Amino acid sequence: MRTVEEIKAAIEAAVPDAGVTLVMNPSPAAQHSLLLQPEKAVAVATFLRDSPELAFDYLSNVTGVDWLDKEIAEKVKVTKSVTKTVDGVEQTVDETVEETQKRVEPGYLEAVYHLYSVALKDGPLVIRMRTANRTDKIEMPSLTPVWRGAEFQEREVFDLYGIVFAGHPDLRRILMWDGFKDHPMRKDYVEPDDFEYEPTAHDEVLKRAQERQASRD
Amino acid sequence: MAVDNELKIELGKQGVFVTTIEELYNWGRRSSVWPMQFGLACCAIEMIATTMARYDLARFGAEVFRPSPRQADLMIISGTVTKKMAPQVVRLYNQMAEPRYVIAMGACAISGGPFKQGYNVLKGIDRYIPVDVHIPGCPPRPEALIQAFMTLQKKIDEQPLTGADRPRHLDAEAQGEFPVPEPGEHDLEPTSNPGVWTVPVVIR
Repeated sequence: MRTVEEIKAAIEAAVPDAGVTLVMNPSPAAQHSLLLQPEKAVAVATFLRDSPELAFDYLSNVTGVDWLDKEIAEKVKVTKSVTKTVDGVEQTVDETVEETQKRVEPGYLEAVYHLYSVALKDGPLVIRMRTANRTDKIEMPSLTPVWRGAEFQEREVFDLYGIVFAGHPDLRRILMWDGFKDHPMRKDYVEPDDFEYEPTAHDEVLKRAQERQASRD
Repeated sequence: MAVDNELKIELGKQGVFVTTIEELYNWGRRSSVWPMQFGLACCAIEMIATTMARYDLARFGAEVFRPSPRQADLMIISGTVTKKMAPQVVRLYNQMAEPRYVIAMGACAISGGPFKQGYNVLKGIDRYIPVDVHIPGCPPRPEALIQAFMTLQKKIDEQPLTGADRPRHLDAEAQGEFPVPEPGEHDLEPTSNPGVWTVPVVIR
């Protein structure tokens, strides 16, 4: 079994400007993954499949992840000029103050592919692709032309997360019906409010059930 | 008019068989309830087991599972009814000829079960079609399905042919076709059939 670092080096040697990033997994599983740039993803995937040293000929799993916009609060040391009265004399002093700065890191949708090599008994290799954001730039290249097994699973990711796979031969919803508008596995999905009857309600559902009951009374 | 039971037994000893049209009619209906060959999820495996040699539903006159709703009397909703499947279930029920009965088998069919708070599973098929017998369980044992079947037979047996309590197929005014829900943009539309299902009052 090759390490991801070795595979990354092999990709970089074969595909110019591949832009592959290592995504480390700090847990004991230590299943590190490779983040591909969408522009180069098909070239990298074709290399992973066709290179005789790697021969990742089997795609076992495609799934999606929804990463929400993250608000990050950081403590930053800022040096300011402050006018102070010291010993009865007004002076301008540089003072270092710790300030909390907030910035929003935009969220993105991610597709995760698990690859195996049946020929070399190797795997899994986890590769990822990310969209630019969660709202309008949600395209990424389809890997169905490389691994045919991705077809239905990419449709499922499209259905439940709303990632648009460019180059997919038949990108339709697969689990929900065609007229359905939402993407249920997204974290901001609002489920239909049909909990009018809940015999053993608790928490959020109990609150909603009580509101419904109150509106009926 | 009911026959006095003791008189009936006495006449029977003399070789005279006395009955009523109602009794005969109900006996015929309850003894040949043909279910529809129709399984939705894992409960269907238990339903199949019920029909096989070990549990042998044929003892109750229900051995013939019909592949067409036109020939079936009983719909066993065996398993999870997803929102995508629900319109088809209602459509199949509409295609069955009267008299027709429904057994909702298992936690999913009666309430949505473990998937109740999900986005894709109907919270009980009784929201769209009238259900005669509900069986809880995940999945219910074949014995439970037999129990439900016997409960249904008892229910059929007790139905009067005239009066306000007569079955639906003898009532010209009764609703025969049930509206098929349409898949909407966020959920099925409507989310329930108010003629069949009203929100149960929960006392907390």
